[in-house]
Amino acid sequence: MASAPSSTRTETLSQHVVEVRDVAYSIGGRTIFSGLTLNIERGRVTAIMGPSGTGKTTLLKLITGQIRPDRGQVLVEGRDVARLSRRELYALRQRMGMLFQNGALLTDLDVFENVAFPLREHTKLPEPLISHIVLTKLQSVGLRGAWALMPAELSGGMARRVALARAMAMDPDMLIYDEPFAGLDPISMGVILRLLRQMNDALGITSILVSHDVEEITTVADTSYILADGKVVAHGNPQDLKKSDSELVRQFMNGIADGPVAFHYPAPDLREQLLADVD
Amino acid sequence: MQQSRAMEVSTGLFVLLGFAALLFLATQITNRDVGANGKSYEVTARYENIGGLKVGAPVSMAGVTIGRVDGIAFDQKVYKAVVKMRIKDEFNKIPDDSDASIMTSGLLGGQYVGISAGGSETFLKAGSQIQFVQDALVLENLINRLVASFASKKDSDAPAEEKK
Amino acid sequence: MSLARELLNSTTQVIAKMGAVMLFLGRILGQVPASLARPGLIVAQIHNAGALSLVIIMTCGLFVGMVLGLQGYDLLQRFGSESALGTGTALALLRELGPVVTALLFAGRAGTALASEIGLMRATDQLVAMEMMAVDSVRRVVAPRFLGGLIAMPLLTMIFVAIAIFGVQLVGVQQLGVDRGTFWSQMQGSVKMSDVTEGWIKGCVFGAACTLVAVYEGYTAAPTAEGVGQATTRTVVISAVLTLALDYILTALLL
Repeated sequence: MASAPSSTRTETLSQHVVEVRDVAYSIGGRTIFSGLTLNIERGRVTAIMGPSGTGKTTLLKLITGQIRPDRGQVLVEGRDVARLSRRELYALRQRMGMLFQNGALLTDLDVFENVAFPLREHTKLPEPLISHIVLTKLQSVGLRGAWALMPAELSGGMARRVALARAMAMDPDMLIYDEPFAGLDPISMGVILRLLRQMNDALGITSILVSHDVEEITTVADTSYILADGKVVAHGNPQDLKKSDSELVRQFMNGIADGPVAFHYPAPDLREQLLADVD
Repeated sequence: MQQSRAMEVSTGLFVLLGFAALLFLATQITNRDVGANGKSYEVTARYENIGGLKVGAPVSMAGVTIGRVDGIAFDQKVYKAVVKMRIKDEFNKIPDDSDASIMTSGLLGGQYVGISAGGSETFLKAGSQIQFVQDALVLENLINRLVASFASKKDSDAPAEEKK
Repeated sequence: MSLARELLNSTTQVIAKMGAVMLFLGRILGQVPASLARPGLIVAQIHNAGALSLVIIMTCGLFVGMVLGLQGYDLLQRFGSESALGTGTALALLRELGPVVTALLFAGRAGTALASEIGLMRATDQLVAMEMMAVDSVRRVVAPRFLGGLIAMPLLTMIFVAIAIFGVQLVGVQQLGVDRGTFWSQMQGSVKMSDVTEGWIKGCVFGAACTLVAVYEGYTAAPTAEGVGQATTRTVVISAVLTLALDYILTALLL
């Protein structure tokens, strides 16, 4: 299988797999980040949280090299992602696994072929070995028996588990989860939570989790960043964050309806607008 | 993948059908006349006026097409049109004193080269030049001749009357 | 905004889009050698673009031929030249009707299928997922489909013309009484191989153009349900206009 950039093998591995240094990014006139700095520690589950629209998915795109920051650097394993050539970027991505919000399974392939996809594209392994790897990965997410189903026949939770198996097929160093809990029933959610923690601990990989499901994150994340207004507003253990001094953080973590993030969308004075028609 | 066998077969059939159609079109609806160079030989003829003769026009004897006009050029030294013709190899007994005239097929049809046989014992071969030619009939010349012949008829009548 | 300003904007947009499409074509062509290493994918796409379009192409070909036979006979009869039916229709079909109608039908059936398929992959993040797995989505998804369309179109054109001529014969000879011998011999007397190659070349060029438009619109569709719908509509419209414009250029070049 492909190897990571050689520089990381000859030096001691740094503690931070991903470093985001003072990144600014705007699109279509909207500023998404105006000076974002955070670090992802090796071997831990790090959560990225924040109100809707704060750019959590944009951050993932910056880390995976899909977009480039206007200012600042995003370093993965010590290398500036924005500076990598296409080939180097592809080599880097082979060390990462990504789980999309809706699974993003290839609809014209069955479950087995979906999990086998990265193996077939990047390796020349013989068929029995591919089969062995695929079935093992499916077994670890509990879906070995579903290998012949088509993605259209899977429930949301099952599709996401297959996507997890696929993300793990090449034994990556880092797993990225984009809203893994969105829209799942409680049982499926429990399954994903258990898998998330187990994968991380059993394989010693780094996990980055983007979500705004506070309760789930509290059970599974080691550390957490809260983003708002294009910056990091809080950082630390989820339990500690719930008792934070900042009102914004407390509102978010405890799910309070009104606070620093206002309930009402900006509007003119109520009395003026309603009574204006009466005259 | 399970269906790949059936898919391969149907794709193969499709491609076959496409090429069959191409073959059909190429052989059944195009003319299979004088084609490759090996089956024909070239002769030339020089004309004062070729009229509307075009490349690809047929060359015929006794109404049977024996070849095609291959090229038309202009010789600046003698100010004549040079018509190159390709004649099928099987027609190799054309006397070299034959006449090559430019004729019109039908009343308003296209023009072609009609060869009428001479009496010579030697035959045309590759590179021969046909000596006896008849130019295309040009409408204006015909009219001029007609007018001239009317005029001369008048002249020949008048002196005859004077002589009396 | 003033009319002039709007016109300028629209023109700039069109030029920018043409540039983007050309760049995309360059990217596809760059991936063709790599994609040829997976012939199975290309075969599947020839099947999708070609074999699955056979029914509509053959049916329409038959009808077009039959209509041409009827119209042609009626028209030529006024000049006493019914015997030229074979010649006239064969030439019209080979050089113009065949390639153009096939291209329009192709854009409608295969073009929309391609655009919506790729557009759906865009909307459900499948293309991004591929890129995240370090697989070039142009190589894996777009290039095989482009080659499939490119190979299928000229073949479809030939099939269309052949069936259409059969349709002309059906109406002209069987039904309206044009002499069979005259029909075929007149045709053989006037149709040249260069006419057949003209049809084939047009088929190839139209195939490249329509397929390129379809994959481009699908690939760059907005990742929503309506984005896919709009991409499909645009595919048909742009394919039609492009085909007819290219038809003029090619005809002028080849005549």
